[in-house]
Amino acid sequence: MNALYENYFRKNLPHIWCSGCGNGIVMSAFARAMEQLGYDKNKTTAVSGIGCSSRITGYLDLNTLHTAHGRALPFATGVKMSEPEMNVFIFMGDGDCAAIGGNHFIHACRRNMDMTAIVINNHIYGMTGGQFSPLTPFGKKATTAPYGSVDPAFDLCELAKGAGANFVARGNVYHAKQLTDLIVAGARHKGFSLIEVMATCPVSYGRHNKMPKPIELMNHIKENTVSLARAAKMTPEELEGKVVNGILHQVDGKEYCQEYQNLLDRIQGGGK
Amino acid sequence: MLAKKQGHVTVVEKLCKACGICIALCPAQVFVAAPDGRARVADQEKCTACRICEMHCPDFCVEVEEIDNE
Repeated sequence: MNALYENYFRKNLPHIWCSGCGNGIVMSAFARAMEQLGYDKNKTTAVSGIGCSSRITGYLDLNTLHTAHGRALPFATGVKMSEPEMNVFIFMGDGDCAAIGGNHFIHACRRNMDMTAIVINNHIYGMTGGQFSPLTPFGKKATTAPYGSVDPAFDLCELAKGAGANFVARGNVYHAKQLTDLIVAGARHKGFSLIEVMATCPVSYGRHNKMPKPIELMNHIKENTVSLARAAKMTPEELEGKVVNGILHQVDGKEYCQEYQNLLDRIQGGGK
Repeated sequence: MLAKKQGHVTVVEKLCKACGICIALCPAQVFVAAPDGRARVADQEKCTACRICEMHCPDFCVEVEEIDNE
């Protein structure tokens, strides 16, 4: 195993993920991002909820927290509030983040605390057997939608933007190098950063949607992704069904921990 | 002229789960599938050290080392 993985991963591999699972690709992209960022491992915490993707914290050799379903963000908020110097990364799946933890998600975006949330969107609840999630695209099949889902899916990036996140980006496991760059940019941005990663689940999602081979799902992602620059030149009709990649939103708003410190300084200094 | 980059690929067999991603994505067709589906390095010479296999391996079992030709 190469030196990078040896530095950032624990010695408990192979992991539990199925053959061709996108979580591993996200994890190695994260390791490369950590290398570029140069963060001290003791000053970095990875927090996760429940689900396949949330197993990542079990393999990363950092401070890690594997928490309750959908509640990774509240735990991460606690870590960041008590240790503002800590670099906090949150790993969530699509069901964990958008359904069970949906409320926590919008309020974490609103609060704008300096954390980086990586949402691995494989369009399905993989661990529990392939039920459709709020991010399953319309018409796609799942074990609980054998004739295709009739629910429209959330656009997680638009949701985060609307809720007040300061950095919103979307990447995927096919463009792995770009994914590393997005994680680095998100981590360097002061404020709440969301990186939605389009990932593969050949077993629970691909098998139901005529893409049982990992490479078929990878090619599906490749064909349906357009870069931000290319999307700007396309008509809404051409963009139908396509997924736009890149840094979608970036602003510098008030960061929560800094504002809290300012408040303390003001009150303890005798101000009102 | 720039010297062509060359790499040395190793597959850690005990970590490979036979997903076939490296075999399909390698632009130089360095890999072939063994009878059990796992990746095998077939033509080491063809590797250009682009690291696409390394970046896309979900099981962290492909490793590329760049060979210094100078």
